[in-house]
Amino acid sequence: MQPKPIALKILDVVSIFALAISTYLALFFAPTELVMGQVQRVFYFHIGTAWVGMLGFVIAALSGVAYLVTKDMRWDRFEVAAVEVSTMFFFLTIVLGSIWARPAWNTWWTWDPRLTTAAVTELIYIAYFMLRQGIDDPEKRARFGAVYTLLGGVSAPITFMVIRLFRTIHPVIVGAANANQEKMSMTGDMKIAFFFALFAFTVIFIDLIWHRIRLGSLQDQVEQMKLHLSM
Amino acid sequence: MIIVKKLIKRFGLKTILRGLDFSVRPGEFVALLGPNGAGKTTFLRILATLSRPSLGQVQVAGYFLPQQAAQVRARLGVVSHQPLLYPDLTAEENLQFYAQMYGVANQRSRITEVLKMVGLENRRKDLVRTFSRGMQQRLAIGRAVIHDPEVMLFDEPYTGLDQDASEMLDDVLRSVAAEGRTVVMTSHDLARAADLATRFDILSRGVILASITQAELQNSNLLTFYKQALVD
Amino acid sequence: MTDKMQNSNPPHPSLFKATFAIVKKDLSAELRSFELVSAMLVFSLLVIIIFNFALELDVKVRQSVTAGVLWTTFAFAGTLGLNRSMSAEKDRGCMDGLLLAPVDRSAIYFGKAISNLAFMLLVEVIVLPIYSVLYNVNLFRWDLIGIILLGSIGYVAVGTLLSAMSVQTRTREVLLPILLFPVAIPVLLAAVKASNGILAGADFAEILTPLNILIVYDVVFIAVAFMVFDFVVEE
Repeated sequence: MQPKPIALKILDVVSIFALAISTYLALFFAPTELVMGQVQRVFYFHIGTAWVGMLGFVIAALSGVAYLVTKDMRWDRFEVAAVEVSTMFFFLTIVLGSIWARPAWNTWWTWDPRLTTAAVTELIYIAYFMLRQGIDDPEKRARFGAVYTLLGGVSAPITFMVIRLFRTIHPVIVGAANANQEKMSMTGDMKIAFFFALFAFTVIFIDLIWHRIRLGSLQDQVEQMKLHLSM
Repeated sequence: MIIVKKLIKRFGLKTILRGLDFSVRPGEFVALLGPNGAGKTTFLRILATLSRPSLGQVQVAGYFLPQQAAQVRARLGVVSHQPLLYPDLTAEENLQFYAQMYGVANQRSRITEVLKMVGLENRRKDLVRTFSRGMQQRLAIGRAVIHDPEVMLFDEPYTGLDQDASEMLDDVLRSVAAEGRTVVMTSHDLARAADLATRFDILSRGVILASITQAELQNSNLLTFYKQALVD
Repeated sequence: MTDKMQNSNPPHPSLFKATFAIVKKDLSAELRSFELVSAMLVFSLLVIIIFNFALELDVKVRQSVTAGVLWTTFAFAGTLGLNRSMSAEKDRGCMDGLLLAPVDRSAIYFGKAISNLAFMLLVEVIVLPIYSVLYNVNLFRWDLIGIILLGSIGYVAVGTLLSAMSVQTRTREVLLPILLFPVAIPVLLAAVKASNGILAGADFAEILTPLNILIVYDVVFIAVAFMVFDFVVEE
């Protein structure tokens, strides 16, 4: 087994510090928002996780296409890593969104386009894992996984569009557009906390993806060794 | 007619075929023998264009696989242990469907000709659902020759047949081979293949271990031993 | 071997002819047994009856939920048909038979998709008048049928591709709705929206948005499915 690369070790440390600093900025540095009060501080992480969740989603669809074109198993590992990490971050996004929604709109859940699309994407991911689980041949598993991430990658943006279009025709949800307006009225210190959260989560995202890809190739090596032993 | 060089097929990390070399001259009838799990079906599926080689060169009827799969498919007839027929269609409708899929000319007369050859002309209007296993398998052969292929592949065609049905299948196979086609048949039963094939190749652990001709088989006492071993 | 074939290039049927052959084969098998359509139909009626009691479909409620009930029914019945149609190919190895033929793989996709669409439309055309009679609303309107056609096309376009994948997995039939529903949400939402608009007597301008989405979804997903179908059936 090859040792953990030094660059990855450094990235681990950077990730931890970035998370710590981002937490400090969000909870203590940024000023308390006037209308929302303390709960608004959840917004920095909410946007951070949503951003990398989306990043993972796009990367997964692109690596799916790359796999279908090249048939290189490394793209498959990349795709799985992106989907897994993105699943986790979208889940966090939804939880943080609910924490925000409770005091803001007096409900845990709103059928707001962004939140709903995130939830649908989670369902696509669950379907993706179930699909992969049902296939034994690794090559076929990679092929079907790639096709499905591609379909999801095309469908989820349309889902978002559809929900938003229909909501604008019938504006029933209270304050669905609030998040946007608040972003516009951020003060300088809020902006620092906001952009640092984006940066911190991007670093953490890269770190986790790297770890997951490394885990994937180690798993393959273990399989190969087991096979050698059994022969 | 078939040339295979250093063929390797992997499923994930498992290697099924390990540098297999194999060739068949036009008009030969080769029986591929070997234990279960030796890679016979995998090999045949590659020749049949249903599976892609991982490495190595495969040439069927003068065309390379997998690049020229479409040309190979048009010249290839395949019978597997499943009949590949639709039970809710009649014998005639099944043949008609495959004739259309192969773009066969003069479909009506060709279907009659084929039904006659496999001895099912009086059942042409009956649903395949009502056929016995042996009749289905004979119709499956009719299906496979509908486009008059140059090369034929049989994958364990005797699976699930009783003695009578097997003998009838022998006759059909013989008449198929007699038309000058090149045939590769997998089987795990040497005695069954002994009367039909002109050459016998033993496939084991993903390579061809040995290859003997019909004459060599008759000269040796191998067949006698084999039959004796089956009785014991 | 007959001489005429020996040296000449064997014919390849055109994409259109091969597609037509598959559709014809599916339809004539179905006309004989009615296995698939009758299962879908009985299932649809059961779903409608259950909705009737679950939602207490009185006159007021009915107007706002009819489109939702209809499309839920179609979507469920649709997965039933899609599953059955693809399992029929897979179970007896007939999929190999199709793949062995010297036809373009998209002929297999289009052939199966068109027969699936035919089965689904047939069921829908029978369900509509029954629903109309049961609840005393007229659903047999050309504009509504147009929307149902567009919605079914998109649903079947993705469904055929995904059913070709799901029948090759260990979990098989169970997997299809799980794979299909999350990616079919846009087409179902748009179809419900458009049907609702029509039933409420809305202006054409109001239906235009969901109508456009239906058309976009149909075009995009037929194109995507057409491009990736090879990857789903090859080995």
